[in-house]
Amino acid sequence: MDIGLAHYLTVSAILLVLGIFGIFLNRKNVIVILMSVELILLAVNLNFVAFSAFLNDLTGQIFAMFVLTVAAAEAAIGLAIVVIYFRNRGSIEVEDISTLKG
Amino acid sequence: MIAALAFYFFAAILIASAVMVVSSRNPVHSVLFLILAFFNAAALFLIAGAEFLAMILVIVYVGAVAVLFLFVVMMLDIDFARLREGFQRYAPVGAVVGAILFLELLLVLGSWTFADQSAELRLSPNPGGDVTNAMAIGRILYTDYVYLFQASGLILLVAMIGAIVLTHRKSTASRRQNIGAQVSRSGSVLLEKVPSGAGIGTLGIRRPPVAEVEKPAVTHDAGHGGHH
Repeated sequence: MDIGLAHYLTVSAILLVLGIFGIFLNRKNVIVILMSVELILLAVNLNFVAFSAFLNDLTGQIFAMFVLTVAAAEAAIGLAIVVIYFRNRGSIEVEDISTLKG
Repeated sequence: MIAALAFYFFAAILIASAVMVVSSRNPVHSVLFLILAFFNAAALFLIAGAEFLAMILVIVYVGAVAVLFLFVVMMLDIDFARLREGFQRYAPVGAVVGAILFLELLLVLGSWTFADQSAELRLSPNPGGDVTNAMAIGRILYTDYVYLFQASGLILLVAMIGAIVLTHRKSTASRRQNIGAQVSRSGSVLLEKVPSGAGIGTLGIRRPPVAEVEKPAVTHDAGHGGHH
C-alpha cells in the first residue's frame, strides 16, 4: 500500500488523456479548449514533480515552475485573443475562425 | 498508510473534476471544477514533497489563471447551447484517440525502468536534512538557473504587454492632453534668456509679444439663428 512512482504516472496519464479528450469533445468552444490545455500542462507538471520526488533531484521542480510560468502567459494571451475576437466577430466558434483560410 | 489513503482520495477527486471540466454543460461550472482540480493537484504535490510548487500552483492557478478564465467566461455573452452542437458527433473520435494514447502510455509505463547510473546523473540532488524545500529550490534557482529565471520573467512581461495591447480599447469619450499642439502653440508663449541676478525690479514685467486673440463674446442670441 505504498505510493510509488507508478501511481503518480498513472494519475498523470489519465489527466493527460482527459485533456486531449476534452479538446476533441469541445471542438467549438475555444475557452474549454484552453482549459483542456491547462489540464494537459497540469499532467506534465505532475510528471515532473513525481520524477523529481522519486529521483531526489530538484531540477524537475525547477522545470515544473518554468512550465507553470509559460502556461500562465499562454492563458493570459489566449484569453486576450478570445476577448478581442469576440468583440470583433461576436462569436468564438472555432469553425468561424477561418479568416486566414488556413 | 495515511499518505496512501490521502493520495487515492486526492487523485480520485482530481480525475473526477477533470472529467467534469471537459464534459460540463456550463463553462462556468467547467472553470469551477478546474479550480477544484488544481487544488487537488496541489495536494498531490504536497504528498510528493514539493511544498513550494504546491503553494505556487494554488497562488498562480487558483488565484490568477482560473479567475481570469472565470472573468472571461462571464464577460463574454456567448450562446453556449449553440457551442455544444455536435458534442455527440465528436465524442467517439475523441474517445478513440484518447484510448489509443492511454494504451500507449500504459505500455510505456509498464516497460520502463530507472537506469543504473541515474543516481549519479542527478543535476541538483535534494540536500535533504534541515534544508526546506523552498530553501533548496531557492539555492539552485538563483544560482544555476538564474538566466532561465530572468527569461521566464521576460516571458511574463511580454505576455502582460501583449494582453494589454490586444484588449486595450481606444476611448473616444475622454479628452487627452495633446502635447504637440500645446508645445507648438505660438503667440502666447515667450522664451527669453534672463541674466542671472536680474530680478523683476531691473527687467520689469514682460508681457507676451502678442496678446491672445480674444474670443468673440458670446451674445445671448448666438447660435439660436437670427430672424430673417
